[in-house]
Amino acid sequence: MTAALLEVQGLGRDFGGLRAVHDLSFAVEAGRVKALIGPNGAGKTTTLDIIAGALAPSRGRVLLDGRPLPAAGPHAVAARGVARTFQLARLFGDMTVLDNVLVGCHVRARAGWGACAVRSRAMREEERRLHERARAVLARVGLTAREDVTAGALPYGEQRLVELARALAMAPRLLLLDEPGAGLDGDEHRRLAGLIAAIRDDGTAVLLVDHHIDFVMDVSDTVVVLCHGEKLAEGPPEAVRRDAAVIAAYLGAEDDGC
Amino acid sequence: MLDGVPQYLASGLVVGGIYALIGLGFVVVFSVTRIVNFAQGEFVMLGALLTVTLQARRLGAPAAFVLAVAAVAAVGAVLERLAVRPLRGAPGLTVLILTIGAAIAIRGAGLVVWGTDPFAVAAFSDGPPLRVGGAVVARQGLWVLGVAGAVFAGLWWFFTRTYAGAAVRACAINPRAARLMGIRVDRVFLLAFALSGALGATAGAVVAPITYATYDMGLMLGLKGFVAAVLGGLVSPPGAIAGGFLLGVVEALAAGLVSSAYKDAVAFVVLIALCLAQATGRLPWRVPATE
Amino acid sequence: MHAAGRRAAVLLAVLVVVAALPAVVSSRYVLSTLVFTALHALAALGLSLVMGFAGQVSLGQAAFFAIGAYVSGVLTASHGWNGWAALAVAAGAGAATAAAVGGPIFRLSGPLLAMATLGFGIIVYYVLVNWTGVTGGPSGLGGIPPLAVGSVRLDSDAAMVRLAWGALLLALWLAGNVVDSRVGRALRAVAASEPAAEAAGIDAARMKLGVFAAAGGLTALAGGLYAHYVTFINPSPFGFAYSVELVVMVVLGGVTRLWGAVLGAAAVVALVEVLRAALPALTASHGAAEYEIVVFGAILMAFVIFLPGGLGAARSRA
Repeated sequence: MTAALLEVQGLGRDFGGLRAVHDLSFAVEAGRVKALIGPNGAGKTTTLDIIAGALAPSRGRVLLDGRPLPAAGPHAVAARGVARTFQLARLFGDMTVLDNVLVGCHVRARAGWGACAVRSRAMREEERRLHERARAVLARVGLTAREDVTAGALPYGEQRLVELARALAMAPRLLLLDEPGAGLDGDEHRRLAGLIAAIRDDGTAVLLVDHHIDFVMDVSDTVVVLCHGEKLAEGPPEAVRRDAAVIAAYLGAEDDGC
Repeated sequence: MLDGVPQYLASGLVVGGIYALIGLGFVVVFSVTRIVNFAQGEFVMLGALLTVTLQARRLGAPAAFVLAVAAVAAVGAVLERLAVRPLRGAPGLTVLILTIGAAIAIRGAGLVVWGTDPFAVAAFSDGPPLRVGGAVVARQGLWVLGVAGAVFAGLWWFFTRTYAGAAVRACAINPRAARLMGIRVDRVFLLAFALSGALGATAGAVVAPITYATYDMGLMLGLKGFVAAVLGGLVSPPGAIAGGFLLGVVEALAAGLVSSAYKDAVAFVVLIALCLAQATGRLPWRVPATE
Repeated sequence: MHAAGRRAAVLLAVLVVVAALPAVVSSRYVLSTLVFTALHALAALGLSLVMGFAGQVSLGQAAFFAIGAYVSGVLTASHGWNGWAALAVAAGAGAATAAAVGGPIFRLSGPLLAMATLGFGIIVYYVLVNWTGVTGGPSGLGGIPPLAVGSVRLDSDAAMVRLAWGALLLALWLAGNVVDSRVGRALRAVAASEPAAEAAGIDAARMKLGVFAAAGGLTALAGGLYAHYVTFINPSPFGFAYSVELVVMVVLGGVTRLWGAVLGAAAVVALVEVLRAALPALTASHGAAEYEIVVFGAILMAFVIFLPGGLGAARSRA
């Protein structure tokens, strides 16, 4: 079995008296898609935030390539090859779509203040490469035609794609997707599923959080069901779907009884 | 040198009372609106200089005091209504520049109206200074502590025993929930700014007989009051009070025991230390985010 | 690539025009106003980087102007240094001080940072006034030699117009290049959404610090040039009032445009001249600078409420 790229061990996070996440353990391997599902408040986004380095865990740890997450913050985690999208798309609204994606290329480039100020040959060469790369990513998500549009002016579905493109531009080894399908219609969902499958086939590990059960079942290799911050079940989609405890707690009941 | 300590303590407590009052002004506005009101220091200046003018018009000290405080409370209310209200929802930088602009406009207005000369202000009561436990305290110093104490008590009573005060506290904790409970949040904002004006003016009116009143007194006093408020976490009235007295005493001790030339430096050192502690996460309390 | 070339062309054209001006205009008043406008614009350019990209207000930027002026002044007047070397050290001192001060304070939220910069500005002013051995205290420091190229002293208004505008336009070119580059994109990203920028691998704190340091260097450079122009400096122009003036220049000109600094500087210089003409009492004492601040305060409030994009935005809207 491939060694896990991401390992979450006994993760716990409290907010005051509230236990948002408790004793959560799972692993994600390269070239696999794992989904975290559960009702609102189950701790899914909190888990993603911890893995992305934006939140410190109260207990437990996260290992990337067997090494603990850098403590310096999200930018350090990103530098180690982790890209993420947010529940509510966070774009650089006044910048063009291309510039948004170019920001994703930041980690893969090196030109510093001095080189940029004088436009050195190395800097110009690097800019050319980055532009090529950004355009390739945009083509991949199908947004080439929107390259020069101000990101904030796009319809919501396309904004989410821009965010995804920015994450892909980082050439991540682990991609964290927080409700990538939210606000998308049926067609867009299908396209997204295809995109995620292609990303997975490239060898990227994907951890996604979403509420659309069909979409999740369709796109994931394994599913982890969270309830009140604890793992209720884990396994291939069909197995989880049929798990009695899961059905009783989440898939069947209308309220989040858990 | 060390036998000057009681004296330093005494004068430190007096000036600490002033810092506490100003710090309270910052806390009242910030806890409700999440805005740092840069004009707070200028409210102090207005309070002091208005007292000067009113006393010159032969109003008795108590009447001058009350009028000055009321006038500056009105200034605070006007500031909220005309400037802060239109900018609700604006980015933090914009609101910041607004209160900075207000502070500067008020400071400039003070300069235009009263000029650069310092004014002497009559103390609230005449008489020689008193001896208290090895220290000599001017009567006005006792007035400062007395007025400050009365204000603290009055605020405590207001916040814990009145509906309006509870409304303010509710807004400080959770504005959305407060609105859902039927509290008029916009009125509370207005009240917060008016209170901040009143608190600043009180500080100014009561300290003016000790330190003279000038158009530029607001800058340093505002900064020190801010440090007091931050020492208390910017949202805690008791914290600001404690912070104010602490700052006053440390300042007086430093000036007396080390060097009086760098008295003002104490506040900055404390500010820098707070910044460092905040940056490295070593503060035992959270300096709240404003955005 | 095109944008950078266009920018260079425009700047060069402006430089040529400005360089030719002293041949046509001989009024000392006009020429010195031009020099001061360029120096203020250079100082404000630094601040506009901080406000536009780091999204923070520095209420102590005058301190860097002072650092630049005094470092260059003291090194040349008291220690006989070469003017250009002193200027370079002065700019470096500004950048280094900004980096040192910025480190602890840049993780703070807006108002706290503003207060901290206010405190810093006051501390520097205090030091200038009290460290009389080095700075000459309130009586000031004189005998600062003008800059020289070989044996040619740049002590005429004409020469300083060319030098000051040359420096300003060069700074605009460099800053514009940075804005259009990877670093500039990262800065704009941090300004737009810090969490998203961090998620993209950008160390927001270091970026903001870099901006602060660049701003300190630019403002200090302006201060150094100022010292070599006026040849005598004292602390009084470097106080809180000047920090306010710089903020007004940036807000007036438009926080997000580099040219805004130039626009704002010109507007403030013009405004101050108008005020001095309209209210002659202001020309009396050093307090003159302070009377203007009531207008500045009103301008800040008005612009922030009605014209948040500054004059630059108003124009493009019309």
